[in-house]
Amino acid sequence: MLRACVEGYSLDALEPYMSKQTLEFHWGKHHRAYVDNLNKQIAGTELEGMQLDELYKFSYNNGNPTPYFNNAGQVWNHDFFWQSIKPGGGKKPSGEVLYLLERDFGSFEAFVEALKEAATTQFGSGWAWLVATKTDPLNENTFGKLMVEKTFNAVNPLIFGRIPLLTIDVWEHAYYLDFQNKRPDYISTFIDELINWDIVTARLERAKAFINFYDVIVPDDQIEYI
Amino acid sequence: MDGKQECEQKMKQAYSEQEHRRDILDRFLDMAASMTRSCGRKLGSALRMCTPRGMQMRGFQTYSLPELSYDYGALEPYISGEIMELHHSKHHKTYITNFNTALEKLHDAKDPQSIVSLQSALNFNGGGHINHTIFWKNLAPKSLGGGEGPQGPLASAISTQYGSLEKLIAKMNSVGAAVQGSGWVWLGLNKELKHLLVETTANQDPLVNKGLVPLLGIDVWEHAYYLQYKNVRPDYLKNIWNVVNWKDVSQRVVWCLVMLASRSTSSLSSTLIGAKGISGVIIVIIVIFPR
Repeated sequence: MLRACVEGYSLDALEPYMSKQTLEFHWGKHHRAYVDNLNKQIAGTELEGMQLDELYKFSYNNGNPTPYFNNAGQVWNHDFFWQSIKPGGGKKPSGEVLYLLERDFGSFEAFVEALKEAATTQFGSGWAWLVATKTDPLNENTFGKLMVEKTFNAVNPLIFGRIPLLTIDVWEHAYYLDFQNKRPDYISTFIDELINWDIVTARLERAKAFINFYDVIVPDDQIEYI
Repeated sequence: MDGKQECEQKMKQAYSEQEHRRDILDRFLDMAASMTRSCGRKLGSALRMCTPRGMQMRGFQTYSLPELSYDYGALEPYISGEIMELHHSKHHKTYITNFNTALEKLHDAKDPQSIVSLQSALNFNGGGHINHTIFWKNLAPKSLGGGEGPQGPLASAISTQYGSLEKLIAKMNSVGAAVQGSGWVWLGLNKELKHLLVETTANQDPLVNKGLVPLLGIDVWEHAYYLQYKNVRPDYLKNIWNVVNWKDVSQRVVWCLVMLASRSTSSLSSTLIGAKGISGVIIVIIVIFPR
């Protein structure tokens, strides 16, 4: 399950924003341990061939998590996390992502504030997310929007029926070697320098298959993004 | 001097010696009684350990960072000075600052909604202050007795309940390593049953939430060990026992039992558990000379 190297960039590619040492431990030890432990837990059971998404939602067991819930969640979250960042990332997105962020948060700065707030106030270990969600999941025709959420430990918003677009790991092991106790600095650096907006755009495209973001279906040739 | 005067003089001497001795005993008793009274008010439970200092003009109490009784580097090589400095002067300080802010907001809150919305801030930050205050006392450098095993009633309780100190340590280490995310592993006392228990709490929840008296707490938040031990929490847990201050742990047991005893004389006999040292003397004095 573990790839040979982190998502197309080497361990020192994110310097000076995320050090090689952090990646060596975070990916090489923490993430690897979650994968090894999960493999051990599901070896020989009928869960072995399952897709990770399905395995994770299955392990949640409707609020009564099974023993492999934590490992499954952490493997999924970390895979998602490594894909969410890249060298030379950060800055402002463009196109539809920016349009929807401005529509649903008021401005890009407001979104950044909301993400920083969620990540800083997640007490203890956890994650902060940008998710796409239906405003009224019971009503087929309501349109979706983007939201910021935070979860603790190994939980991710899949189990609440959201579609995650971006995440930031705020377990202490993600930033302690580089920033020590200064979590807000880590979060600012992450937002300014590391976010891979291309992949967020790709995830948004995939999410459109499940969620309609606009109350009116606009034909492709009539869409205008600011 | 003739015999009668000699006799009188000797009697006076003996009498004054007796008075002298009684005086000393009286003074000792007074001192012990006042010590237990004042100490009993201040110590004995986790919450009371954090004595608030400074009443604000507006009438609510704020808290301040307690001093360590040892240098940051004194626990090396088991816990690095860098970690101790960050842990004490940054993490603990932040909990206190945020706790004071939340207390101020609580003081200013006018309606139930605002009061209830402060609940998590008070819980996180107040719990962090409580837990870390206990933690600094639970640790001591080797030069101040850190790592020397428990004595007296605590030692016998441990060997009765767990078999040996090594088995208790092994249990606490395995429980501590299994804590998901951030939290603490505790040796706690059920004061009704006079029973030791190994328990965990998540995030900064204090052990009193589980109805136990905290005796020894080990912080397993990553900030407590990451710079030195990285992801290998089991190594941190193995090494921290070298700097555990068992005298402090024993004292918490004794004070807890003294508090129970001073509330009900009928349970005094159960506190005569052969405690050694000054704590035992005080218990004996309370029994024989009830206040």
